[in-house]
Amino acid sequence: MSEVTLRLSGLEPLIVTPDSNFINIGERTNVTGSKRFARLIKEEKYDEALSVARDQVEGGAQILDVNMDEGMLDGKEAMVKFLNLIAAEPDIARIPIMIDSSKWEIIEAGLQCIQGKGVVNSISLKEGNEKFIEQAKKVKRYGAAIIVMAFDEIGQADSYERRIEICERSYRILTEKVRFPKEDIIFDPNIFPVATGIEEHNNNALDFFRATKWIRENLPGAHVSGGVSNVSFSFRGNNPVREAMHSAFLYHAINNGMDMGIVNPTMLEVYDDIPKDLLEKVEDVLLNRRQDATERLLEFAETVRGEGKKLVKDDSWRKESVEKRLEHALVKGIVDYIDEDTEEARQLHERPLHVIEGPLMDGMNVVGDLFGSGKMFLPQVVKSARVMKKAVAYLLPFLEAEKAANADTSTAAKILLATVKGDVHDIGKNIVGVVLACNNYDIVDMGVMVPADKILDKAMEENVDAIGLSGLITPSLDEMVTVAKEMERRKMDIPLLIGGATTSRIHTAVKIDPVYSGSIVHVLDASKSVPVAGELIGKETYQGIFSRTKEEYARLREDHANRKQIKSYIPYENAKLNKTAIEWSDKTMVKPSFIGNKVFKDYSIEEIRQYIDWTPFFSTWMLKGKYPKIFGDKVIGEEAKKLFDDAQNVLNDIIADDLLYANAVIGLYPANTIDDDIEVYTDESRSEVLTRFHFLRQQGKKGNDLPNLSLADFVAPKSSGKSDYLGAFAVTAGVGIEPLVKKYETDHDDYNSIMIKAVADRLAEAFAELMHQKVRKEFWGYASSENFDNEALIKEKYQGIRPAPGYPACPDHTEKGTLFELLEVEKNTGMSLTESFAMYPAASVSGFYFMHEEAKYFGLGKIEKDQVENYATRKEITTDEAEKWLAPNLAYDI
Amino acid sequence: MAYDIQEILKERILVLDGAMGTMIQRHRLDEEDFRGERFKEHQYPLKGNNDLLSITRPDIIREIHELYFEAGADVAGTNTFSGTTIAQADYHLEEAVYDINFESAKIAREVADEFTKHSPDKPRFVAGSMGPTNRTASLSPDVNDPGFRGVSFDELRIAYKEQAEALLDGGADILLVETVFDTLNAKAAVFAIEEIFEDRGKKWPVMVSGTITDASGRTLSGQTTEAFLVSLSHISLLSIGLNCALGAEQLRPYIQTLAKKAPFHVSAHPNAGLPNEFGEYDQTPEEMASLIDGFMQDNFLNIVGGCCGTTPEHIRLIAEAAAKHSPRMIEELIEV
Repeated sequence: MSEVTLRLSGLEPLIVTPDSNFINIGERTNVTGSKRFARLIKEEKYDEALSVARDQVEGGAQILDVNMDEGMLDGKEAMVKFLNLIAAEPDIARIPIMIDSSKWEIIEAGLQCIQGKGVVNSISLKEGNEKFIEQAKKVKRYGAAIIVMAFDEIGQADSYERRIEICERSYRILTEKVRFPKEDIIFDPNIFPVATGIEEHNNNALDFFRATKWIRENLPGAHVSGGVSNVSFSFRGNNPVREAMHSAFLYHAINNGMDMGIVNPTMLEVYDDIPKDLLEKVEDVLLNRRQDATERLLEFAETVRGEGKKLVKDDSWRKESVEKRLEHALVKGIVDYIDEDTEEARQLHERPLHVIEGPLMDGMNVVGDLFGSGKMFLPQVVKSARVMKKAVAYLLPFLEAEKAANADTSTAAKILLATVKGDVHDIGKNIVGVVLACNNYDIVDMGVMVPADKILDKAMEENVDAIGLSGLITPSLDEMVTVAKEMERRKMDIPLLIGGATTSRIHTAVKIDPVYSGSIVHVLDASKSVPVAGELIGKETYQGIFSRTKEEYARLREDHANRKQIKSYIPYENAKLNKTAIEWSDKTMVKPSFIGNKVFKDYSIEEIRQYIDWTPFFSTWMLKGKYPKIFGDKVIGEEAKKLFDDAQNVLNDIIADDLLYANAVIGLYPANTIDDDIEVYTDESRSEVLTRFHFLRQQGKKGNDLPNLSLADFVAPKSSGKSDYLGAFAVTAGVGIEPLVKKYETDHDDYNSIMIKAVADRLAEAFAELMHQKVRKEFWGYASSENFDNEALIKEKYQGIRPAPGYPACPDHTEKGTLFELLEVEKNTGMSLTESFAMYPAASVSGFYFMHEEAKYFGLGKIEKDQVENYATRKEITTDEAEKWLAPNLAYDI
Repeated sequence: MAYDIQEILKERILVLDGAMGTMIQRHRLDEEDFRGERFKEHQYPLKGNNDLLSITRPDIIREIHELYFEAGADVAGTNTFSGTTIAQADYHLEEAVYDINFESAKIAREVADEFTKHSPDKPRFVAGSMGPTNRTASLSPDVNDPGFRGVSFDELRIAYKEQAEALLDGGADILLVETVFDTLNAKAAVFAIEEIFEDRGKKWPVMVSGTITDASGRTLSGQTTEAFLVSLSHISLLSIGLNCALGAEQLRPYIQTLAKKAPFHVSAHPNAGLPNEFGEYDQTPEEMASLIDGFMQDNFLNIVGGCCGTTPEHIRLIAEAAAKHSPRMIEELIEV
């Protein structure tokens, strides 16, 4: 008997009848879903990739989803290769193939490789009727079934109404216009995450169930499928909860008519085996049964531990004394019970303050000890801080009430922290804040770009015990001097702590310490901030550290003065004669594919993430080691892995929920050098100078055959008569970060606040790397055949450089202003410059592109007054101003 | 076409002709016969390129068609089994492909029309034969490189399109994609055919016939009969069936599967048994006809004929048997 029903085939048939059980689609052969599979494909380990496919089939997959959509891959080639290899493996080719791609050309290439009747995943009305019809007709002709996403010209369907509207419209077009067999139509009405904390998401699962039911009742023959793991997205890392969510979701979806789907069978709990309390909370969320469903599930989830399948609720610690429980919560970073435990402790203590000074501080001391002895790591400490903050927040009303009652003002020592005027970087400062807060300091955090007078007014108003200044870019060093000078003028005597990436002991000693008679200490990193603050604030210890550092800095100044005399410099004119020897006459420069600016708005973060260099991410978190070797480290490996997983989750969220936007502008222009300036021309006629970039030249005395380098060396001199080019770029990945950071900060969640910033920083760097590659291969096209993997990119094995103003080869930040004008950066990307030429948002990168094969990164080193004067003339500024911006590079004292 | 083959198929079992190659062999042709005038100067040997005879020895091909029609065949398959640029590349005769197909279809058309004229109650049809080519789109010719392919879908599609265009231009009523040992090749063929239908704004009946290569019950590319059926059900076929490789006896279970599952007419044109140790087919017309009689008894078939080793005598007995049986009814598809 023949029925109108979905029939698919590999080497064997798959007949989907109404009596069929749920059809399970294997999802591991998907580069976007499986890191392992993506790696195997990238490394061309096809044998192992095939075994992933085989495992799927053996594990019960009835259709094999294959996806090769990955920025670093030639998706079409990989799809064809893999499908051809599968065809040679009868135990895999047994089942039908689902060709999964967002790119039509990959889908079509895949369709040309399968002899069976497979499934295309997916097409949609995203680009309108015409495209949809054209693609559906082709799919029909190739003999495949089709997954239709609930997606149209307006966007992805995210409500019940939109889902059924789009599915019905798609169905009508397919059955009436394309004459597509209705039994070969499979709808994917979008499974979106629930329990995200965003109210609009609360109905995500329910809308899916309702839409599924509607489709099955109103669109005869059509099937419903979906990617189930999406629903539990916000619980990544918590497998027991995810497994329960998947099962419960499937249970309801199947009851409503979903008959196939992408489900990882190893991530599935048996519905009946889900503990009742967990099930109730999961279903509350899925069915949006109560207002606080998300919160309750989140809370519950924190208490559920275990790895896959085995649901172990590790709550033995709950039986301990309240002090021990608080300590456990602090060390483990568990916030679930903090309010009730704090309340219990409050009732046991005479005064609320005693809870802080007693069990909470004891717990934090344990954290501090563990951190100090390297048994806990910064990410964990930051989580501990979150617990501490929550506990204190709980006690606050009681403290206030008590304060009102007996006006007792004794509290912990207070430290003010600020990123100085002109600088927007605050990850390091925030980490210091958290670490200090963990050690019972009361932190007054003034944020970023704070002018000196605001800092000092606030310090006096709050009567703080110390000030900590932070900054990342070199002009901030000057600003710190300004703050110190102002403190001296105001006759203040509170200690000043200096920190941040460009700060140094030597700079502090030479430039800041002499202008302030109070105590100044350079703090190398967050972990050092605690002992330093302790000594500076402690009455008994203050004198000791004060005289010790004053002496130390005086000695450093002396050494510095002595050393300076040893290093010898050559006159600027001589340095220019000793420039990089490049024979321009026999060179033809590659002409870029366009002249002018090119803007990229809302670039795919998914693509950018492939280019991330993770090593600096770990050093942000004070975990030292190279990625991915760091995971194997005996001491910090495990923590690094957790941190990395969290970062991945953040990235996934960023992508899934469009949290951040990445914008870029690049410019490629005709250019030639005149002396150490690079002239940028409006067009190829080179008759009109659009702008000039000014560069500096190394002036240290060089050994034999070593040139005195300047970036200007790498562009052909005008006198050579050669047509050369200069590129420039500005990229950001931080558009939209503010509300996120604010949300986390409101929630006392420094961990995630720092995490999102650190991730955005990595994205910005990765975006710069990606753009540079595109420029080399495509837009400038001088290395069109280049083919490096990410590691090679990180090691900068390619031809050409992209130095940034403010960095060692061209340390003058003000050149960024010229660059921003040329590229119209503000208009094109939403980035802006502060008065110190720091880029905002902080997760931004800008710089030049030099293509010449001799071009390399170098440090300018110190320069003499003759060059500074020449530079000032070229830039049309006063020598004083040039000296101000070049202060860290001056070989002489001003 | 004046006669509606769909209507006739409701009434009776249609009979295909038998082997072309077997009949050609009887003439013991030499190199000169294959070359004729036109390919006299061709640089490569042409003996064995049977399709070429439609141009160089049309008399022989015409005679073979006549013999089969006389024996009772309703449908003549054109002499174009290897009429694609891909298969003709072996002889460096890609440029002759259009003519081979056009002339072959024309000869069969003329003979069919003569027979129809004499007995209008038994109209004769021409099926343009489209063989599998000598390459496979889903198998690697190199065991050490399973991902490699000797031919791509697009190359096949283009080659098949050229062949089918010429067959239709020459007057074929039906397109017969036969001896399918790799389903992907057949998918490329039907893809090309659909393109032609779209271009010409007209459709012709399409028959697809696969080949089960051995007792495993699978095609050379590894599919079961039902998977093969499912893989080619996306266009509305006149018939789906099996031919070649096996004799009627061995083919029976797979024909049964198709009879049970196919939403189209079912065809079979088996070999005259399995080849003997000399590679010859020695199943007698009586033996073969009685096996086929059993198929029809069990209501398996709508179209029947012979493949390798069959002769006009085989077809005569098969046609006689077919006349005694009513055709298999295609069950109405049941909406669920």
